[in-house]
Amino acid sequence: MKELLIGKLTWESLPHQWWTIAGSLSFIFLGLIVAGILTYTKRWKWLWNEWLTSVDPKKIGIMYFIAGGGMLLRGGLDAVMLWLQQALSSGDSHGYLNAQHFQEIFTAHGNIMVFFVAMAFIFGLINYIVPLQIGARDLASPLMNTLGFWLFVGGIVMVNMFFFFGGEYAATGWLAVQPLAGAEFSPGAGVDYWVWSLMISGIGTTLGAINFIMTILKMRAPGMTLMKMPLFTWGSLYSMVMALTIFPLLSMTLFLVYFDRALGTHFFTTMGGGDPMLYTNLIWMWGHPEVYVLVIPAYGLFSEVVSTFSRKPIASYTSAVVGMFGVASLALSVWLHHFFTMGAGANVNAFFGVMTTFVAIPTAVLVFNWIATMYGGRIRFETPMLWFLGFGFVFALGGISGVMLAVPPVDFQLHNSLFLVAHFHSTVIGGVLFGIFCAISYWWPKFTGFRLNERLGRYAFWAWIIGFNLSFIPMYILGFMGASRRLDHYDAETGWQPLFILMFIGGLVIMLGVALQLAQIIASFIEKKRLRTNNDPWDGRSLEWAAASPPSFYNFTTIPHAATRDAYWAIKKSHNRKTQYEDIHMPKSTGVGIYISLFATLASFAFVWHIIWLIVVSILGIIVTFIVRAFDENTEYTIPAAKVKKMEEARAKKEKAGPAIENNDYDEDMGLWELIKVILGFILGLLRNRGWRRWRA
Amino acid sequence: MSHERLEHHEAEATDRAMFGFWLYLMTDLLMFAILFGVYAVLHGNAIGGEEGRHLFSLPLALTETLLLLTSSFTCGLGMIAARLGKKKQVLTWFGVTFVLGLAFLLLEIDEFVKLIDEGQTPQLNAFMSSFFTLLGTHGLHITIGLLWIAATLGYIMKRGLNHHMVRKLAMLSLFWHFLDIVWIFIFTIVYMGAFV
Amino acid sequence: MVPLVADFALLLWLFLRGKNIALFNPKGYIAQQQYTLMLWVVYVLLMIGIPSLVLFYYIAWKYRETSPKAVVTLHHRRSKALVPVMWIIPSIFGLIIAGYLIPATHKLAPQKEIEASVDSMRIQVISLRWKWLFLYPEEGVASVNFVQIPENRPVTFEMTADEAPMGSFWIPNLGGQLYTMTKHVNRLNLMAETRGDYPGSTPEITGPGFTGQKFTARVSSQAEFDSWVSATESSGVVLSMDEYEGLVEPSQNNPKAFYAGYDEDLYATVIAKYNQPGTGHIHTEAKTEEESDEGHSHTH
Repeated sequence: MKELLIGKLTWESLPHQWWTIAGSLSFIFLGLIVAGILTYTKRWKWLWNEWLTSVDPKKIGIMYFIAGGGMLLRGGLDAVMLWLQQALSSGDSHGYLNAQHFQEIFTAHGNIMVFFVAMAFIFGLINYIVPLQIGARDLASPLMNTLGFWLFVGGIVMVNMFFFFGGEYAATGWLAVQPLAGAEFSPGAGVDYWVWSLMISGIGTTLGAINFIMTILKMRAPGMTLMKMPLFTWGSLYSMVMALTIFPLLSMTLFLVYFDRALGTHFFTTMGGGDPMLYTNLIWMWGHPEVYVLVIPAYGLFSEVVSTFSRKPIASYTSAVVGMFGVASLALSVWLHHFFTMGAGANVNAFFGVMTTFVAIPTAVLVFNWIATMYGGRIRFETPMLWFLGFGFVFALGGISGVMLAVPPVDFQLHNSLFLVAHFHSTVIGGVLFGIFCAISYWWPKFTGFRLNERLGRYAFWAWIIGFNLSFIPMYILGFMGASRRLDHYDAETGWQPLFILMFIGGLVIMLGVALQLAQIIASFIEKKRLRTNNDPWDGRSLEWAAASPPSFYNFTTIPHAATRDAYWAIKKSHNRKTQYEDIHMPKSTGVGIYISLFATLASFAFVWHIIWLIVVSILGIIVTFIVRAFDENTEYTIPAAKVKKMEEARAKKEKAGPAIENNDYDEDMGLWELIKVILGFILGLLRNRGWRRWRA
Repeated sequence: MSHERLEHHEAEATDRAMFGFWLYLMTDLLMFAILFGVYAVLHGNAIGGEEGRHLFSLPLALTETLLLLTSSFTCGLGMIAARLGKKKQVLTWFGVTFVLGLAFLLLEIDEFVKLIDEGQTPQLNAFMSSFFTLLGTHGLHITIGLLWIAATLGYIMKRGLNHHMVRKLAMLSLFWHFLDIVWIFIFTIVYMGAFV
Repeated sequence: MVPLVADFALLLWLFLRGKNIALFNPKGYIAQQQYTLMLWVVYVLLMIGIPSLVLFYYIAWKYRETSPKAVVTLHHRRSKALVPVMWIIPSIFGLIIAGYLIPATHKLAPQKEIEASVDSMRIQVISLRWKWLFLYPEEGVASVNFVQIPENRPVTFEMTADEAPMGSFWIPNLGGQLYTMTKHVNRLNLMAETRGDYPGSTPEITGPGFTGQKFTARVSSQAEFDSWVSATESSGVVLSMDEYEGLVEPSQNNPKAFYAGYDEDLYATVIAKYNQPGTGHIHTEAKTEEESDEGHSHTH
């Protein structure tokens, strides 16, 4: 009876370890604070209508950023916990985490950073920027987009759900190696959480990929041929095509893992004719290209930032397009380099080694292309450019170590060592994370209408660079010393402890960098009137800069004509900008994405705990919602030209009435000390009950 | 907004939707490709159970194939009727498609039940696991297709045959033909392959 | 910036003095060649990496807007040679590495037996939860978490696993790693060239006890090896099948253990086990730490 009602859940599933109590309490506390603020400011309805049900890709993009930012803190906390354990746990000391818990943390760290931080920001950027860059008003399928986003949120819920129920996450490495993650060796619910968290967010990614491929291929502004598209859009297109190719593979593999665990089938088991090596192949056929799904948009972005900040067009546009294509296509045929050590023959290993080495060729072409773009330019070193320059060094480190790992006999020595861990952190932090930071500081004025505090941005940049080197250079060396990854303890005789302590200190410096980035955002909001910019603060080249900052919900009053590459640059030069008002079709907001995702999350939870009735109910819920929506023919509305005109004029009037845009000096930007004083003042004011009035005024 | 531009807007939307549906079918095809690959790797591992040629019945598989092929044909006829705007014919032909699909599904379920009765369960060995998963996934798609046909026909009866419905039918028929193609592969690789 | 980097380097140097940087300290035939190959790859990569990085930062600095010599009018002319050069240079380096990689991969394939004047020896390795069992089929002895081999004699490790997830066998000072898994035999060929004790580990995660799944590889002279074998033979404890079943039970941080003999069919049984029908007997729950502390009584 109990089993029918609540499946495998028991009293012991409720939080009882210190970390699950701490985790669940902090989530509850956070939820209460947010709910309190929303109730106090009477904004529940606003939140639902303006944000949660919105199909505006710009709003969805920002929601991706907020979710990704939160998860960055969560994954960062995991990283600090790992570093601390490794710094402490040598010889007689066993640190403060037991092996199982340590392994759960690094598994969660990997999953969160890849799926819920990097993917979140990349999808957020694509959502916000790509429609603007191609001169579109919305997406090919706005519904698919909101559904994809909410499934992604469902994934976040599932990856954190173990704090509340079960108390155990997968302790198997971020790709849940088989047969370790099978029911034989990992009977708990942890791996099931892993499966379903990745499953629903992965399905969301597939939907997103379909949608963006449709949007980029079918909805470009008149005149914009493929070879006139901005490079970030190119990168996004490649990235989405790759995602479309690999994510179905992930979903199917996850289903098979779940069947093995829940139904007792024999796909990847040791017994019954199962084949764990098959799993290793399948998961890496997805896993390797996945990294390139993340980094190729960053390549596109860097190309645009270099060109904008050097005030020159990209040196060879065709090389950039072909180079990214080369990386994307080669990346699909190198997966075996993740397990040269599994015992394949020399021919197979050599083939995949050569293919991996060849990935470096188009990558190097992209780098040379950026150098050639800077050559003869007039380069400004604002924060976006700083992140790009930081990327150069860190990524070179990752690239060199990557080619070393591509040589099979060398890989036999470096594989599964901390050298490998340092390698992929160099590429992902250097390429993806620095790319994201670069993008955020670059497009922030577009998102908000004011620029970011430059001074604190520089502090944050240097904290990241110093912290990165402090923590990852020792990691490379530890790899050479024979330290394998995922160690929760090591012998004192190895002499590794000073290096692990150095890594921990580096980790703290990185955390300082993150704190400074938060401070930077807060300081910018405080000074947002002074930091106000026009629609084109960097003297940009592509169409997103033609829209207002922040753009109206329909992006463009008149769809621009893209006659050349760097379309906005050409428009600026021609001085021929007349505004024509026209009727605009826009999609209506819809809660369908949330409803389906809610059912999907419930179903996932039910799958984890084998609650049959809930599985049935949730899946029926999905089907019914889907059918009702699919036959809803009334999903769009039209804004008449006259109304558009009125809105635009009101906007212009408001802008005129606002404070003048100053071209102020970066040195005037608020420093850290000033920020602390302002915040202290605000808190004191709050205590004297004066702050609320000031805040709301 | 002029009627002409509205129509243009609609045509563009249809074009995009069809393109998107093709992309979706590609992802589905990839999922099946994985299952075929898994089956190819594991079908030899019939540890503790019978091999395929002792389990499968070619006449049954051939019947299933014919049912699906015929349903694809009637689905095509239904689509022609839809383009011509003949509501009654649409209902008839898609109705026939539904019945044929249902018959296929029942035959498949019957085969599964018999196998399980013989002790050839998905839990027995890797061969059976991959067999049931491959065919089960196809069967699940057929089930979704049947639900889809039922829902579409229901709405057509209620609202008539407008261009939204024709677009839905076009996608539906693509989906149905796609399942037919996947089945041809299953028939060739799983059933005929077992007797080679 | 420069003093900061110098201090950091000095600090690292202090930390590393006298430590075993295993990969730079090869003690075996394979490790030596892998080390040489790694250095060669690094040199080739630095030949393109360092100039590119220097150019990257030099150009960025030279063309800064605040420079007194900043370009006033931008000319967008670009050399016709740019694109070909951009593609050809990295391609040459890629081809050089690929050209070297293919023969090196064949030469250093772990399955390939090492040719030497002495006969090679065989050691069978079984990865268990969480310990390493070594069987010496020619000598008839067995050991846990300890393997002794004679110097300058090629050794073929025949590796499998039993009731354990996929693991990895790695002695960094002697050569690269290879995975161990149930049902399969992976062959890793190594040859030690210098006497000493070298740490061996399991770099692939195998569950809660994997950090403690370590062993010592002792390289000695042939004579010392022979006397170790005869000492072990006379120690008396035999690894019967029952005894082995106990060993298969999960346990953590196991001490070394030595066995005078073992069941001849042991290795074949372990491999055949996974080709049988049924679910076998797989332990569904990992042992807790308290239980594992009991360890094994049959230490040498």
